[in-house]
Amino acid sequence: MNLPILSIIMFSPVVGALIILALPEDRHTDIKATAAVASFISCLGSIYAFFAYDHTLGGIQFEEQMRWIPGLGVSYHVGVDGISLPLVLLTGIIIFSGVLVSWVRDHRPREFFAMLLLLVTGVFGTFVALDLFLLFVCYELAVLPMYLLIGIWGTTRKEYAAMKLTLYLLVGSSLALAGVLVASVASGLGTFDLLELAKVNFGPAFQAAIFLPIFIGFDVLGGLWPLHTWSPDGHVAAPTAVSMLHAGVLMKMGAYAALRVGVFLFPDGARQWLPWIIILTAVNVVYGATVAFAQRDIKYVIGYSSVSHMGYVTMGVATLSQIGLAGATMQMFSHGIMTGIFFAAVGLVYRRTHTRQIPELGGLVRKLPFVAVAFIIAGLSSMGMPGFSGFVAEFQVLMGVWHTYPIIAVISLVGVVVTAAYILRFTYMIFFGPLKEEFQDIPPTSTLEKVALMFMCAFIVGFGVLPQPMLAVIQTGVSELLAAIR
Amino acid sequence: MLGDTTQNLALILWQLSPELILLLTGLIILLVDAIRPHQADQGWSPYAALAGLVVALVACITLLGQPPATVLAVLTLDGLALVAKILALVSVGMVALFSGPYMQEHSRHQGAFYALLIFATLAITLVAGASNLVLIFLAVDFLSITSYILTGYLREDRRSSEAAIKYFLYGAALSAMMLYGMSLLFGLTGATDLHAIAAQLGAGTTEHVTVLLAMLFVMAGLGFKVAAVPFHQWAPDAYEGAPTPVTAFLSLGPKVAGFAVLARFLLFALPQFQVDWTTLLLSLSAMTMTGGNLIAIWQKNIKRLLAYSSIAQAGYLMIGLVAVSGGGLASLLFYLAVYLFANLGAFAVVLAMSRGELGEQIEDYAGLSQRSPGLALAMLLFLLSLAGIPPLAGFVGKVNLFVAAVNEGLIWLVVVGVLNSVISLYYYLQVVRQIYLLPPTSEEPVSIPRPITTTLLIATAGVLVLGIYPSLLLPLIETAVQAFFGG
Amino acid sequence: MGIPILSVITFTPLAGALLLLLIRKDQEELIARLALAVTVVPLILAFVLWANYDQAAGGMQFTEQHEWIPVLNSTYTLGLDGLSLPLIVLTAVLSFLATFYSNFTIKERVKEYFMSLLMLEMGMFGVFLSLDFVLFYVFWEVGLVPMLLLIALWGGPRREYAAIKFFLFTLAGSVGMLLAIIAVYLKTDTFSILEAAAAQPFADNFTYAATAFWAFFIAFAIKLPSFPIHTWLPDAHTEAPVCGSVLLAGVLLKLGAYGLVRIPLSLFPQVFGYYSIVVPILPVLAVISIVYGAMVCMAQWDLKKLIAYSSVSHMGYVLLGICGGAAGIYLGGDKLSSANLALNGAAMQMFTHGITTGGLFFLVGVIYDRAHTRELKAFGGLGTQIPYFYGMMLVTCFASLGLPGLIGFWSEFFVFRGSMGTIPLFAIIGGLGIVFTAGYILWNIVQHMFLGEPKERWAQLSDMEWWEKATLWPLVATMLVFGIYPTPILNLFNTAMESLTHTLLR
Repeated sequence: MNLPILSIIMFSPVVGALIILALPEDRHTDIKATAAVASFISCLGSIYAFFAYDHTLGGIQFEEQMRWIPGLGVSYHVGVDGISLPLVLLTGIIIFSGVLVSWVRDHRPREFFAMLLLLVTGVFGTFVALDLFLLFVCYELAVLPMYLLIGIWGTTRKEYAAMKLTLYLLVGSSLALAGVLVASVASGLGTFDLLELAKVNFGPAFQAAIFLPIFIGFDVLGGLWPLHTWSPDGHVAAPTAVSMLHAGVLMKMGAYAALRVGVFLFPDGARQWLPWIIILTAVNVVYGATVAFAQRDIKYVIGYSSVSHMGYVTMGVATLSQIGLAGATMQMFSHGIMTGIFFAAVGLVYRRTHTRQIPELGGLVRKLPFVAVAFIIAGLSSMGMPGFSGFVAEFQVLMGVWHTYPIIAVISLVGVVVTAAYILRFTYMIFFGPLKEEFQDIPPTSTLEKVALMFMCAFIVGFGVLPQPMLAVIQTGVSELLAAIR
Repeated sequence: MLGDTTQNLALILWQLSPELILLLTGLIILLVDAIRPHQADQGWSPYAALAGLVVALVACITLLGQPPATVLAVLTLDGLALVAKILALVSVGMVALFSGPYMQEHSRHQGAFYALLIFATLAITLVAGASNLVLIFLAVDFLSITSYILTGYLREDRRSSEAAIKYFLYGAALSAMMLYGMSLLFGLTGATDLHAIAAQLGAGTTEHVTVLLAMLFVMAGLGFKVAAVPFHQWAPDAYEGAPTPVTAFLSLGPKVAGFAVLARFLLFALPQFQVDWTTLLLSLSAMTMTGGNLIAIWQKNIKRLLAYSSIAQAGYLMIGLVAVSGGGLASLLFYLAVYLFANLGAFAVVLAMSRGELGEQIEDYAGLSQRSPGLALAMLLFLLSLAGIPPLAGFVGKVNLFVAAVNEGLIWLVVVGVLNSVISLYYYLQVVRQIYLLPPTSEEPVSIPRPITTTLLIATAGVLVLGIYPSLLLPLIETAVQAFFGG
Repeated sequence: MGIPILSVITFTPLAGALLLLLIRKDQEELIARLALAVTVVPLILAFVLWANYDQAAGGMQFTEQHEWIPVLNSTYTLGLDGLSLPLIVLTAVLSFLATFYSNFTIKERVKEYFMSLLMLEMGMFGVFLSLDFVLFYVFWEVGLVPMLLLIALWGGPRREYAAIKFFLFTLAGSVGMLLAIIAVYLKTDTFSILEAAAAQPFADNFTYAATAFWAFFIAFAIKLPSFPIHTWLPDAHTEAPVCGSVLLAGVLLKLGAYGLVRIPLSLFPQVFGYYSIVVPILPVLAVISIVYGAMVCMAQWDLKKLIAYSSVSHMGYVLLGICGGAAGIYLGGDKLSSANLALNGAAMQMFTHGITTGGLFFLVGVIYDRAHTRELKAFGGLGTQIPYFYGMMLVTCFASLGLPGLIGFWSEFFVFRGSMGTIPLFAIIGGLGIVFTAGYILWNIVQHMFLGEPKERWAQLSDMEWWEKATLWPLVATMLVFGIYPTPILNLFNTAMESLTHTLLR
């Protein structure tokens, strides 16, 4: 393949960020336009990569490799397979929509968009990295911009949330780093290359010891209960586009890394610990949904809803079955878009009404019908309603879980019902009912905002009604991973 | 014969050229300073110092390819010594560069200041190559004395004098301890040359405890120099009270010297006792990292914060020593280089901020990102590199150290190390928080003198380049160190 | 036949809804007319199907099968048999009439209303025609949201509460069903309903079979609705707009009943039978529904709520009939003919109840439109003032009661006759229900609304408009015609039921 498409996808945002930093502070439109172009290039690239991927051939495609730090055995090695490709696509979609939704941001836009783009480079890098050192660099690269983005442009208790998030995530990733270092050295190969390390047969005791810090360390970012508490506060405090990236993509980064590094490299360790971890995921699903139900701030609702839905992801991974893993990957994609829509919608509402308290809202469908419809679409997907991508994901996860741990499947169904309950309730309370006096004159949805919402909804509905293209890609990735770890 | 002698002399001169150049530079500065009237402008002195340092640096680089050699029976010229010297020269060079405006503002005796700085550097270069107990002691003491004077340089400033006194008292005691330890070794082996000591001990000794004691005392003395826990008590006060350029120097120079000589001492003189000193270093390292980081959390003064941060960084450096068999030495030196850029860069920012008496409290940095975005960004990069966040050099440096540790099976140390990185991030972020999150107290940008800007650019480049492409430096260090182990 | 007629029936409403999406929302008349036109298509096709269904051959006809989600082994399979055909006709007729009626009554948010109506129609058709579990589940769920919207947006004062309650109750049941579907799949390796039925999963393991059975049963029983999980119904019916109630009571409830026969009865006949006669939990529930439902009706003075509870009661007959049939299958031998009879009765009751209750709700709409109250005690003497209405109401009520000569009679008769042969005790107790039904119809409704002294308040009440009559007549006609000559419908049901009982008894 001639075009280094993955590098383009990954570095376009960084280049954009550098250009933005060089622009004068007051050239708002230029700054935003640069951000839009940079993110659009990545988005386009990811869409192209997705449809150009040959799923009959399978395996790693669009591979690039370059020597980097030979002394440590580190190379710049990137590539995508059926599992990482949907996530790359997801990131492209969310960053582009996120930039559009942030268009009206006028407080220090230069740093804002520069940080946003830097963040997304780290995310892209994590998904495509095939070298563990590179994966780490990109993983941690994503954490610091989060701190600044939340700390400077955030709202409720932003400093507390930003610090909590940063420290939590770093503790998790540090543990994983330690584990990875040990593994790399223990392999005796003197390399950090993922594919090389995967061929090594570590002893079962070693695997069992090393799997846990790596998996848990990464899955902190995936919101695994009880190490999820950074997430709701982080979601609430972050500005809209950051929340979209945070819940939509960052959390997937954690789950993905846990899968790619933990399970892929140490399958025996995985087989030993996952039956216990799956219990935690069930708690995620039910607890997250239940707490979401009790919230008054809509962003907290979505935050806890994310905790709940990410539970399905780790649950699917924990089944170590074809269909469970496929469901987990699909859920990563589907939930990513869906929560992107939620946060975008909430952000648009908040911008106009200046409140996120559900009892204070109401009747907004009259003023913001577009937002309402998008919210409802995302809501239906989150309930697992057929016709939307969420159903395809949850159905597969449930099938996978039911086969191996039926009790867990039954417990998680409680989550489904509670989810439906709060989605319905809050959708009604926010968008229907009487419209308050003070909201009579709020501005309607702008064109850019409509484009962002429609763009995301198209994927939820599209892959819900026609899941085949996505499923085909995912299936190849999953079956190869499973074959590799047998 | 004469030809041989001449050739030998030439060789020795060449081998000693960095030291000689430094000596010369120091003397020249002193002389010129003595001759010129006091009221005259003394702005030339930093540049004179810088010139001398650069020439010495060039000399060191020319010596790099040479096989290890012993000079005058007391100095060793090998990869370790040369790299250490280069690091020291670069550090002091940067200090000389950015200290000009500050010293101009605060003192009337700049010439002497730079002369002292050069002499201190000379001491460091001697320490780096010393392979004889006597020379080690002399050179270390030389370094200490010049450091005390530098610390107390601002005689009118009470804090500066107080800092110097504390430093002196503490240093004197630990220095004596080190001397005692050395004398124990001499007593046991009858030798002062490190290799000879090893040979003597290698023949077997029943005085195991004495050796351990000696080792402990020497390490105490050297630990004091690098500000390791529990020999660190002097550091926060000294760092806070000393003039900021001196603080910057203290955070680098003695560390380079201390670690170089500690490595040499342990590896040359006590190779049979590796198990013992490795265990000791293990605990020291863990204590230093954790102690330094934890106390740093409470600091409100930027210089004190950086002091505790330096203490903690010494702990990381020690990991390299603990894991010396697994490639730890190279990673130690690399980390010193990385730390050099980040720490000196941070101090350059502190200098830029501390015009007048303001700017030493962390809250004085509020809103810096809106006043001077470039300065803020630089500080951000330095702090993140110190914390070990990719893609900055600190991350690569730490990974290097951790890999060496894992190679030796020291997994717990690595865990302590990574967790400490997270703790350190907390207090570094407090500064970041001030800079980026809080609104500024004044709207005007910080005026940065040219020399400081240059330093900032060098440091930023170092931190970024070494983070993204460490292969620029790493292989060089590794080859240099290879020879060390061969010899 | 080349044309995939079942798919056309199912997806025409969807196509219509999408078409409506494109029209500007202020073109209300166009929207309403277009929706009506769209519903004509399935209506005609339903009758075409009826005419073309080969009753002698029986079994599934007009089947279509395509690959759908290969990774899940799920296929797009549709099919029609003697059980689903009348229900399809019922759905098409009621949908058409509801759309027609709505043309005249709905003035607010017209576009969303008709889109919801059409989407609902698609969901209902899909459930009746699906022969693949996943497809079945998809359509089942798809039907929930339009009904939710219909109640929540165009309903009465407590509509949000009622709508959400409806949705959550049904959803809770369906998630259990989802698990059971997965369990069956894992056991039989297929998602095809017919193949699964043929495989008789868990036949050897009673516990598993029972668990799966209960999961399915509960899901369908919520929809039926059966006591004790019926509590969503009164609120939903009362608060829903007229046509919402018509379709809810007329068709949606039948989804539950249909599901009971198609799935738990076909897959787990032994378990069904066990719980029908050995540990007769199911008939107990049925009977309580019948009797309790009817008794509560007697205490109701809100007409809509009364009819709602009457639905609980009448659907109890369906459950009783199915239980009777299951018991018969379980017992085997000569009980088979009784089983057949009971099942036929149950199926017939599905059809009957759809027609009669659909009609009742339309009539409620008529009177509420004029009087703006549903309080029975507020009425009186309407028989003289609006005689047309009185006449229609009378016929419909008596049909629902089961008066001989009207359609309701046959279904109730067969249910009792059949159950008598297999679970006589329950049949008798269930019979009590008829007494109470008569009670509330005659006393609460007829006496209070139509007899007695005319009131001042209603002096100006106008009788039925032409379009209201046009809506009701097809239903009333059905009640009359099939009351006298039920054979066409009965035969259809019979073919299905016979083949069912025959296959189940092996």
